[in-house]
Amino acid sequence: MILFRHPSLWIGLGATLAFAVLALTSIVWTPYPIAGIDIAVRFQWPSAAHWLGTDQLGRDMVSLIMAGTLTSFVVAALAVAIGAGIGVPLGLAAAAWGGPVEWLVLRMADFVFAFPAVVVAILAATLFGPGAMNAVLAIGIFNIPVFARVARGGALSIKTLDYVAAARLAGLGNWAVAFRHLLPNIASLIIVQSTIQLSQGILAEAGLSYIGLGTQPPATSLGLMLRDAQSLFLLHPWLTLVPGLCIVLIVIALNLAGDGLRDAIDPRLKRRGSPHATA
Amino acid sequence: MPLLEVKNLSVAFGPHVAVADISFALERGERFGIIGESGSGKTLTALSITGLLPEGAAMDGSISIDGVPLPTNEKAMARLRGKRIGMVFQEPMTALNPLMPIGDQIAEAIELSQTASVAHIEVPPLLKEVGLEARHAGRFAHQLSGGQRQRAMIAMALASKPDILIADEPTSALDLITQRRVLDLIAELCTRRQMALLFISHDLKAVATLCSRVAVMHDGVLVETGKAQSVFGAPRQNYTRRLVAATQFKVRPLARPPIGSPLLSVEGITRDYRQGGLPFFPAKALRAVDAVSFAINSAESLALVGPSGCGKTTLARIIVGLDRATSGQITLAGQVYHGSDLPNGLRRDVSLVFQDPFGSFDPQLTIEQSIAEPLRLEKGLTPDQRIDRLIEAVETVGLDAAMLRRHPHEFSGGQRQRLAIARALITKPRLLVLDEPVSALDMSVRGDVLALLARLQADFGLTYLIISHDLDMVRAIADRVMVMEAGRIIEEGKPGEIFANPQQKLTRELVAARLPELSG
Repeated sequence: MILFRHPSLWIGLGATLAFAVLALTSIVWTPYPIAGIDIAVRFQWPSAAHWLGTDQLGRDMVSLIMAGTLTSFVVAALAVAIGAGIGVPLGLAAAAWGGPVEWLVLRMADFVFAFPAVVVAILAATLFGPGAMNAVLAIGIFNIPVFARVARGGALSIKTLDYVAAARLAGLGNWAVAFRHLLPNIASLIIVQSTIQLSQGILAEAGLSYIGLGTQPPATSLGLMLRDAQSLFLLHPWLTLVPGLCIVLIVIALNLAGDGLRDAIDPRLKRRGSPHATA
Repeated sequence: MPLLEVKNLSVAFGPHVAVADISFALERGERFGIIGESGSGKTLTALSITGLLPEGAAMDGSISIDGVPLPTNEKAMARLRGKRIGMVFQEPMTALNPLMPIGDQIAEAIELSQTASVAHIEVPPLLKEVGLEARHAGRFAHQLSGGQRQRAMIAMALASKPDILIADEPTSALDLITQRRVLDLIAELCTRRQMALLFISHDLKAVATLCSRVAVMHDGVLVETGKAQSVFGAPRQNYTRRLVAATQFKVRPLARPPIGSPLLSVEGITRDYRQGGLPFFPAKALRAVDAVSFAINSAESLALVGPSGCGKTTLARIIVGLDRATSGQITLAGQVYHGSDLPNGLRRDVSLVFQDPFGSFDPQLTIEQSIAEPLRLEKGLTPDQRIDRLIEAVETVGLDAAMLRRHPHEFSGGQRQRLAIARALITKPRLLVLDEPVSALDMSVRGDVLALLARLQADFGLTYLIISHDLDMVRAIADRVMVMEAGRIIEEGKPGEIFANPQQKLTRELVAARLPELSG
C-alpha cells in the first residue's frame, strides 16, 4: 500500500537492497578471490569469465566491487550507529533538561561542526595510523552533532504538548519523559536522517579512502578502487567508471529511499481520518 | 432572483462524501447562518462557494451569483472572489501575511479589487470603519491582539465592497469580550453596507445573535432550515433539539457531600517570566501571576474566570506542580510547596485535565499505557490491582474496558476528554484542576462531560478548580467564582451574585459580553 503510493521509496529501497545483497554475498562467495593477482589476465574487457573485466593486477572487477561495496556499507553504517547512538541521547537530553545542558550540547555540536570529517580523519590517522576503523571513527564523530540537532529539534516541538505535561504530572523524570514520550515520537525523523547520513557516509568513506586515510589494501572499498584506477584513467577509463558509477547509484538509491520514507511517514499524511482533518 | 443560490451541492473526497446534496439561497442584505459541529461539512460548503476547495475534493451541483453560475476558470474565479465575495477566516494569525504591515495588506486587497486606483486614500477610512486607528496600519500581524487581527481581516474582506461576506467561525479563537465586539462589528457593517452575510459557526448563540435565517448541518446533510426564531424556538428535528438543549448547560442537581474545611491554600503566589535581555542587564520581567491568595475547601467547585492572557493557566500549572512560583507558597493537606517541587507523595492528590483532548494523549501509546502512567506514583500495586484500577477508572467515566487496548486516534473528542478525566482520576486525587474542560468539545457533548463531572463530584466528594472563560458553564457547575485580570484576583463570590451584580469593570464587561439565551 505504502509502496505503491511512494514510487521513489520503492525504487530507492529496492536498489539499496540489491547493493546490500551483493555486498553481503561477498562475505561467503565472490567469483574470484579479491586478493587473486594474475598479471596474465590484466586489463581485460568484460567477458563471460570476468563480467566487468579485470584491473591492472588482473583481479576480477565483479569480486572487487562486491567486497568494496561491503566495506563502504559497513563503514557508513557503523558511523551512523555511532552518530545516532551518541547524538540522539545528547539531543534528547538537551531538549528534556534545557538550560545549561542544552547550551553545552549545542556548543559541542558547533565545535565538531567546525572540523570537517577529513580533518578528524587526518587527526585519527596520525594518532592510530590509517585504516577502515579510523574512517568509521571520523565519520561517526561528524555524525554526532547532526543527530543531536535533529533529535533536539524534533523533541522540542513534542515537549510542549499536553501529554508530556501529563507525564510530568505522573512523576516521570527527564529521562523517563525522553525515552517514553519524546523518542518514539521522533523515531521517524531519526530513521529518515539515518538514510541520508548513510549516503553521506558512503561518500565520505570514498573520499577518505581516496586520499589514503581509509581502507588499506589488501582489503578494498569503492574509494580505494577509484584511487588505484586514477593514474590509468586515460588508458583504461573503464576501471574508474565502474566504482564511480557504483558510488553514484548507491547514493542516489539511498537519497531516494530517504525522501520516500519522509513522504511515507510524514505526520501530515498520517493524520488522515482524525476529526481535525475534516474540521 | 436570489443573490447567491446553491443547488444540490455535494463535495466528496474519493468514496467519502463530506457534503451531500445541500441547497439554499441567500437574498441581498440577508444574514444567513450555517450551524454544525466539527466534521459536519459547513466549512467545505463555504469553500465551495469561494472556489477554494482543497485538492482531491470533487464538487457536484451548481452555485450561482445573481443567476450566473460560478466560472470554472481559476482566473475568472479569482476576479469574482476579489470583487463580490469577502471572506473572514477562523484564525487571523495564519490568514494574515506575517511579513507585511496590515495597512499594505488592506491596500493590496483594494488594488486587486480594482475599485480604486489610489489605495492609500482608502485605507484610513476602512480602518476606522472596523474600529482600528490609523497608526495600526504600520503594524505587523504579531503586533496586534487577536481581536485587532480579526478586525484587520474584516477590513481586507471589505476592501472590494463585496455583496457577500462569508465568515467562517470568525470568533472562536477570541475570548469572550472580544468575541462579542467582533460579532457586533459584523452586524453593524452588514446593516450599513447592505451586505449579505453567510455566517458559519458551531455556536448557536452567536448565530442567533447575528442571523435572521439559519440552517443546521449534520454529517454533510442540511437537517433543518428556517427562520432563526422558529428553528431555535421550536426545533423540528431531534438533532436540532439536542443542540439547543446543549446550549443551556442544565446540570441536574445531585446530592453532594457537604463542603468541608480548606484543602488547598494559596498564599501570595507570584510568577515572573524573564525573556531576552543580556547577561547582567536582564529584560524587565513580565509578571504573569501577581500575589494571588485564596483557598479551596474540600468538595467545593471553585471557578477561575478571566480573559485570555490573564494568568489563570499559569496559576493552574503552578498548583499542579508543572511550573514554579517566583515567590509565595501553597499548602496542600498541611504540606507546603512552591510548584514543581510538589513532593511525589502529594502528586497523586492533585490532577489536571487539559483543554485540548487531541494533544493530551501520546499517539504512540495505547490508552492503557497512557492512563496507567500516573499509577507509578502509587508504590506496591500488584499487576491485578493495576488492571482493576484501570477498568474502574474507565468504567467510572462511562466507557468500556475493551477500549484500553486501542490508540487515541480511534476516539472522538468527547471520548478522549472522558479518557483524560479517567487518567486524572486513576490515583484517586482529592483536587482536580480542570483547564477549560469543555471549550474544545462540540456543543452536543459538552453537556455530557459536565454531567459526568457533576456526578463524579457527587460520588467521590472531589474538589474542583475550574479554569474557564465561559460564564454559562461556570454558572452551571461552580459554587464560587474568582475573576482574574492581569495576574490579580479582582472579584470573588457566588456565581449568581457576581453575575447579577458585578462590582469591577472587567466583570461587568464579561457579563455584558455574554450572548443572549436562545429565545423561544
